[in-house]
Amino acid sequence: MLNARSLSRSFGRLKAVDDVSLSIAQGGITGLIGPNGAGKTTLFNLLAGSLQPDSGEILFQNRPIQQKTPDWRFRHGIARTFQIARPFPNMSVLENVLLAAPAQTGEAFWNGWFRQGRIGAEERRNQDRAHEILEFTTLGRLAHEPAASLSGGQRKLLELARILMTDPKLILLDEPAAGVNPALVETLCEKILALNARGITFLLIEHNMDLIMRLCRPIHVMAQGKMIFEGDGAAVRSDPRVIDAYLGDVM
Amino acid sequence: MTAYLIFFFTVVGIYAIAVIGLNLQWGFTGLFNAGVVGFLAIGGYTFAILTGPPRADFFGGFSMPFMVGIAGAIIASMFGALLLGLATLKLREDYLAITTFGIAITIQLAALNSDWLTGGNLGLHGIPRPLQDLFESNAAYGVFYLGLVAVTLGIVYWGVEAIVRSPWGRVLKAIREDEVAAQSLGKNVLRYRLEALMLGAGLMGLSGALYVGFIAYISPFDFMPIVTFQIWTMLILGGSGNNRGAILGALVVWAIWSGSGALVANMLPPVWQARGGALQSVLIGLLLVLTLLYRPRGLIGEETTISRHVTGTTGAGLTKKKETKA
Repeated sequence: MLNARSLSRSFGRLKAVDDVSLSIAQGGITGLIGPNGAGKTTLFNLLAGSLQPDSGEILFQNRPIQQKTPDWRFRHGIARTFQIARPFPNMSVLENVLLAAPAQTGEAFWNGWFRQGRIGAEERRNQDRAHEILEFTTLGRLAHEPAASLSGGQRKLLELARILMTDPKLILLDEPAAGVNPALVETLCEKILALNARGITFLLIEHNMDLIMRLCRPIHVMAQGKMIFEGDGAAVRSDPRVIDAYLGDVM
Repeated sequence: MTAYLIFFFTVVGIYAIAVIGLNLQWGFTGLFNAGVVGFLAIGGYTFAILTGPPRADFFGGFSMPFMVGIAGAIIASMFGALLLGLATLKLREDYLAITTFGIAITIQLAALNSDWLTGGNLGLHGIPRPLQDLFESNAAYGVFYLGLVAVTLGIVYWGVEAIVRSPWGRVLKAIREDEVAAQSLGKNVLRYRLEALMLGAGLMGLSGALYVGFIAYISPFDFMPIVTFQIWTMLILGGSGNNRGAILGALVVWAIWSGSGALVANMLPPVWQARGGALQSVLIGLLLVLTLLYRPRGLIGEETTISRHVTGTTGAGLTKKKETKA
């Protein structure tokens, strides 16, 4: 579904991502792990479009997208969440979700003058859908609260709810469990599996090994800007290069 | 007194249109336009040049109808905003503020020094007031012009409310709160910022044109930076992000401004009056600081629900203090 080939990206003299290739298979949950500073988030930002690669290409459904903006990628089925969730704090939870609905007539301002009826009908449809999604993500009763009042875990769920307003083909999750209480991690885990069962492909960056081992296959391991390993959970645990990358300084 | 009140409300209405324009830019989209007066000037001069009487040896004075002047003023201001936006909207907001401030000063200085176009420091005189021949007295005409301004303000209020309370307005607000997140959700941030900048500038141009049509005269000294600060204070005091707040702010701030002006004129001996005038500016600054300190959401706060189509909530505002961007 998505193929990244020989991606590189430097910041000054630091090669954050160094000739990395990554292939994400349709219908899977691919994991990406690595010690802090390995370049995971940089790679993630290259895939999501908030950074441009210095070299290499990204093919999404066999189409090169490395020059495309993040908004273009979202409209074409690649949705992302953020390591530190980014809700729109002064908007209600419901409106956070409504915002993400695709191709809204009312997003062209002149339609606000001339197509009120159609906008109203669309908004009602989108609201029904948004309420369903909020129920699914367990945020239903918070619909009319300002997003600023949500807890850290609820904000992560809200980000997931927002991107579900489109029909994403690929969801990139940047540390979905970071700073989330264990009960909500469990909820999040269930929701990811349920969505995957509906055919949505996932890429997960995560430090919570338990979560990674339960959800992901295959797992890719990065260290110092390079991809050093790819395999399933058991292989990752026992691979000497992975152990060395995580514990190298200690051992 | 009645005549003064008519004059007073006419000016409030003209200001309110510009404040609603700034509300689109800052209140909804978070664009820090520190050069509001520059767009008023573009609108005012375009109107004066299009509708004014011919001037020997100079450019302009095309004696066109009032409505053509109004339309030209709006279009010229929007075009100015388009050029400015393409050049600066990728900048961070503090740089946008510096740029717009500088451009407004440049426009004012250009107006002051371009005799061939603007009449320089003498300004342009004798700009015809619409339909003045139909009215016998100045008082009756004043009532007519107040009505004209009120109807225009009503249309502007309705027109802006219709679009900010639609999905378009929701995107603006999302961009204001977190443009990275808005872009990650498929929104073309530059397009929306440009639209908000241009529509807001169009309203400022309209406001400038109505002002010139009202006093039948234009001079570069009408477009000093203090006007920008007045309009900002009106928005912040009234309630940024709320169009009724924008109108209320125009009313309150203009009342304080003209009230203090009258006080200075009547209470102070003539030698002190120039300095007393400076006190008005201090008062405006003080009002702005006090609002930001004690009532940062303004007299009428913003609502959490934007879309008029969203049901099931009264749209009660946030009770906690609004997170400011600064």
